[in-house]
Amino acid sequence: MATNAADDTAQAASAVTASVTTATSARGGTSVSLRNLSRTFGATRALDGMSLDIAPGELVALLGPSGCGKTTALRIVAGFETADTGELLIDGRDVSGVPASKRDMGMVFQSYSLFPNMNALDNVGFGLRMRKANAVTRRQRAGELLEMVGLAAQAKQFPHQLSGGQQQRVALARALAIEPRVLLLDEPLSALDAKVRLQLREQIRNLQQRLGTTTLFVTHDQEEALSMADRVGVMRGGKLEQVAAPDELYSRPATAFVAEFVGTMNRLPGELVDSGTVAVLGTMVPVQDGAPASGQVDVLVRPEGLTVVQAADGNGIVSNRTFLGATSRLTVLLSGDTEVQVDVPSTTAAAMVPGTAVQVALPPAPVLVASRNE
Amino acid sequence: MVALTKAINSNREDPDRKRANARKRFPVWRWVILLIAGVYFLLPLWAALRFAGIRAFGTVFVQPGFWPAIWLSTRLAIMTTLITLALMVPTAVYVHLRVPAMRRLLESITILPIVIPPVVLAVGVLQVSPGSLKATPWLLGLVYVVLAMPFAYRAIDAGLRALDLKTLTEASSSLGAGWSTTLWRVLLPNLRTALLSSTVLIVALVLGEFTIASLDLYVTFPVWIVQFDQLNANMSVAASIFALVLTWLFLMLIVTFGTRQSRRTGGGAVTLFTVARAETKGN
Repeated sequence: MATNAADDTAQAASAVTASVTTATSARGGTSVSLRNLSRTFGATRALDGMSLDIAPGELVALLGPSGCGKTTALRIVAGFETADTGELLIDGRDVSGVPASKRDMGMVFQSYSLFPNMNALDNVGFGLRMRKANAVTRRQRAGELLEMVGLAAQAKQFPHQLSGGQQQRVALARALAIEPRVLLLDEPLSALDAKVRLQLREQIRNLQQRLGTTTLFVTHDQEEALSMADRVGVMRGGKLEQVAAPDELYSRPATAFVAEFVGTMNRLPGELVDSGTVAVLGTMVPVQDGAPASGQVDVLVRPEGLTVVQAADGNGIVSNRTFLGATSRLTVLLSGDTEVQVDVPSTTAAAMVPGTAVQVALPPAPVLVASRNE
Repeated sequence: MVALTKAINSNREDPDRKRANARKRFPVWRWVILLIAGVYFLLPLWAALRFAGIRAFGTVFVQPGFWPAIWLSTRLAIMTTLITLALMVPTAVYVHLRVPAMRRLLESITILPIVIPPVVLAVGVLQVSPGSLKATPWLLGLVYVVLAMPFAYRAIDAGLRALDLKTLTEASSSLGAGWSTTLWRVLLPNLRTALLSSTVLIVALVLGEFTIASLDLYVTFPVWIVQFDQLNANMSVAASIFALVLTWLFLMLIVTFGTRQSRRTGGGAVTLFTVARAETKGN
């Protein structure tokens, strides 16, 4: 009992510190829970019984190819779409019937969404105006937020005078100005060029961590998802295939789809000897859970999961070599027209010019297999 | 009718490409065409001025019926503009946002007043209008609302196309704005150019319309000019030149004011149909 009280005090104290260090901190984290959401548009099932729990202060990215339902899920959370069935709980309360304007969700859109008739400051202050904040408070707070995204100097500029990256930063400030319970990001970086995208990615993540705002982030860019999110949910056909931390998603993908969607993945033809062992590249390798019972399969291996050595009587020929810095990526043509990609230290790769005969091998670690036609 | 549709379509073309094409053409021809058009439009004006004589302009304001006719036309212009915009803006916004498939249908419906001859409209309106409206400016005003529909709708439609309506309304509502606030604070300010374009067209229409006003026995300014013509031809021509200049000044005022306002926020010039918005350049 006494320990509990001590814990509580400690928590309260740290909460106070947190709110002091981040003067603009959002209200203490909000949890979001999507329960068995389904949504059909005509004949297409955009969402098919999707469930996801987002912890307070967590950033979850929904990743998937276009049409996988990730945007629909986000729009249901925002209140722009309604689910046919299922529940959406914010802090444990079902908000399905609450209109978007009453949900307190800050959203940053894919396309430029600043109001063209207002300057940056007024754009950021718009949500506060809707909350009946007076002009002085509004201007002060909007100014603070613009400073936070590094655009204090552009406060008086109109959207058409700002670059795309600046517009998205103002949009982010505008979404954060209302101290949203949840921050929703709908591919906010996809219209920007690579360099700006990289900078903004870090900025968003830093702000989100500093403010502790629960965030749902939709993207089709795996690099973006893996680098920013606490957890990534990979979606396919309206369902979540796997939700996991980025490193787990990469190293222990639950399905072949996730394995191939996240990062680069080689497919090597193999044959199941029994349900736990597969024959591939002339060796026997243990199989991860969830393999088909028997027969012809494809073994899924990352480029760094293969080894390659120069060998005159090897099983493949280097067909291409790409320098990536510390490592180089070799494309090796194996017998049977299988092409694999192998990452090797650039120092080793120096000798392996295209045309070199090599031996590609697989270390005896458990691998993921998929049926041949999947 | 066909010409109008063509004009609207050609206005939708990429302005950059149009400008490039214009530059390629032989510039001498431009001046020849401009000269011919200038002579065609200015010669009658000059003839009218000569016919009326300068002295007629001094006395036109004190002629019987002049001020009542001007006043009626002004009231009609204001009334028509307000009613038309109040009806067309929410309709156009709604159709664009919620039932975009209906856009074609609405476009064809709004073109009807141009297709139906004014005589038919005038007689038809008198047949069906309630007695309480007859002989009040409201009846004519309501007819003008119908007449103004094609022009107003097209101008507003062009304005809405230039906006990312869905994203703007969603952004606004996610920030806590209700429908009316979104319309008032976000959409209308960004449609300013389109609204001014509509106003220009409506005012020009109302100040120039003769057939229906005359058939339904209203003495608007154009009707007064024709009636007065029988008493004093010089004076009547002076009055019509006065009307022309007045209308022109008024339209210039709207266009200049509107363009200056819209340039400030990155919008295009106020013209009759095109509403262009400056694109964001680079990142």
